[in-house]
Amino acid sequence: MANWREETIAVAQTTLTLIRGGAGKPLLVLHDELGYPGWMTWNEALAQERTLLIPLQPGFGKTPRLEWIRSYRDLGGFYAMVLRQLKLDPIDVMGFSAGGFIAAEMAAADPHLFSKMVLVAPMGLKPTEGEITDIFPLTIRSHLRLTVADPTTPEFGKIYGGEMTPEQFEAFEDARAETARLGWEPYMHNPSLSYLLQGVQHLPTLLIWGNRDAIVPRGCITAYQQAIAGAQVVEIPNVGHRPEIENAAAFVQAVRTFLAS
Amino acid sequence: MKVGYFTERPYRWVPEEAIFKNHAFFGVSNAYFDREKAADDYNYYLEEACYVEELGFDAIALNEHHGTPFCMGGVMDVEAAILARITTKVKIVLVGNLLPGVKHPLRLAEELAEIDLISRGRLVTGWVRGAGSEQFFNNANPAYNREYFNEAHDFILQAWTRPGPWRYEGKHFHYRHVNPWALPYQKPYPPIWIPGVLSPETVRWCAAHRYPYVGLGTAIGPTCDLWDIYADEAAKQGYQAGPENYGYLIPTFVAETEERAQELGKGFVFGGGQAAFSRPEYTLPPGYNSKDAIRRLAKQPGGSWLGVSQDKLKQTQTDPQAQEEEFNEIRRKLAASYQKAQQNLQIIVGTPKTVIPKIKTILQILRPGIFILFHIQGPVSNADRLTSIRLMAQEVVPAIRECAKELDLPDPYERTPGSVRAYAGAARVPVVDRQPLAALGLV
Repeated sequence: MANWREETIAVAQTTLTLIRGGAGKPLLVLHDELGYPGWMTWNEALAQERTLLIPLQPGFGKTPRLEWIRSYRDLGGFYAMVLRQLKLDPIDVMGFSAGGFIAAEMAAADPHLFSKMVLVAPMGLKPTEGEITDIFPLTIRSHLRLTVADPTTPEFGKIYGGEMTPEQFEAFEDARAETARLGWEPYMHNPSLSYLLQGVQHLPTLLIWGNRDAIVPRGCITAYQQAIAGAQVVEIPNVGHRPEIENAAAFVQAVRTFLAS
Repeated sequence: MKVGYFTERPYRWVPEEAIFKNHAFFGVSNAYFDREKAADDYNYYLEEACYVEELGFDAIALNEHHGTPFCMGGVMDVEAAILARITTKVKIVLVGNLLPGVKHPLRLAEELAEIDLISRGRLVTGWVRGAGSEQFFNNANPAYNREYFNEAHDFILQAWTRPGPWRYEGKHFHYRHVNPWALPYQKPYPPIWIPGVLSPETVRWCAAHRYPYVGLGTAIGPTCDLWDIYADEAAKQGYQAGPENYGYLIPTFVAETEERAQELGKGFVFGGGQAAFSRPEYTLPPGYNSKDAIRRLAKQPGGSWLGVSQDKLKQTQTDPQAQEEEFNEIRRKLAASYQKAQQNLQIIVGTPKTVIPKIKTILQILRPGIFILFHIQGPVSNADRLTSIRLMAQEVVPAIRECAKELDLPDPYERTPGSVRAYAGAARVPVVDRQPLAALGLV
């Protein structure tokens, strides 16, 4: 296990901290709005055949905050600059929640950045039905609790159980603050994104969603299906907003099947 | 010394249980709102303000909160404009306008100028960042709260002083035609007093701008520390801080007898007391606090991340008996907090005879040039409110003035804040007297 390392790269006029793990064709992973939670079962499984590249979002503690980034579209532009400068494009991408929002913005701006796209419970579009849960008036504890259907999921306890250290509290507050800067209004979506995504052709896309997701409603998945013609959907039963830890086996299988196809 | 009167203008008709059930004032449903009662209250509070002026207070302070029954001043400037017309002498002190929530500083510059003009120069303007809940109510991005505040502040001062039309392209605000026709009556603009609740960043900012800082009922010991932070910053800026740089607002209620005062004074903790009874998620929105404040918070004892109180909370929401027990527990805690707050001089309740010595002690310790009596909260009748105001004006206020004279506490009109030069190398003069703190057990 622990087939990964943390590195810093001078790129795009900053110092980007990146988690690099595994071997094989690169896979860009964009973490969610709470920050990178650590190397888990699903990372280890996919790292058997892929090199996972997980940049830590600017302003989330390790990579310095970039004051000019004021929206998810700006952030997508930043990551596009990173990919081009590192000559990683086109690359397969997988984005979680707000990370899915970033990937979608990047694809809408330049579909050639990616060869395949996996969006896991993605924010970014106004749901056709329901609402994206407002995470800002929640304490970090209530928020974390809402991300899973079953808080006794072993890996959830492994990441978030026990006492919160001052460093972890500060990291969460950094993440929440930066997420508020980018996604406060319109709340965690961009009204023009669905129109721009309709111009994206020939980008194989997989949407993964847990059917007990308390953060992102099914209506977001429907909105993505309507915007991206031919997008596939895998619904994983009895899991919440983190299918990758609540049912890592089903999650990994869905991703593997899609990326190998 | 300027002696002011302040009330939150509470809506007095929401059952206490509704607030307990919501675990906060903010978020109590406006299904409890009754237009007739509110219309009566708004008109009563305006009449009350006239009575306050008639009895000789120097200032009437108003404030602004949103989405809560404990304060009806959602649009404080409307009330201030009416007071500008129906009063004749008192200063109208705003504590304060919520700059990040307004999102339109040019409009605010116009509103405040109109109030100052109608009152012929009686406005004292005050600006705040706003409580956490206000950010949610106004959908004001809390992560940019201080940036909004600073930028709006700088913009309004320019809008009041720089002949227009001119163009403004800032980070958060943009105007391509700045030329407000109505400019303040006072030149270059109204005095600015900044209210606050113990943020060291705000205190330093006030000292750098030479604005009086008004502590809003803040605990006495920590207030002394803040006063020192202000004075240290002032020394760096080359001036000696004094009473003219400090204001203090203290919850006060007076009745004819001690028993009646103690009974009605409980209004200060009605519904939990607005300051002490709020949900953490509304108190700490993302990015609202500075990095230093987050680090201080992070060091406080935590507990399990996932928490176990959710279950207890759920149980109390569904089981009426458990809920009643919880409410009784809250009431027990409130009764204890009421006594403790009085011992700590956080709430002053009694007859003039018992209230005056306590206020004198506060004046001796904090040495403020501005002293504002924060009147009763909760469902206290108009008659009892008016009795309290009369007793304050006839007995307490004269004692405050006399004490201020003895202690030499000039207000910002008597001595311009920042006008006393600090000489390099000379020790800064103390701004507080901590000596009585030990006897009060407040060290």
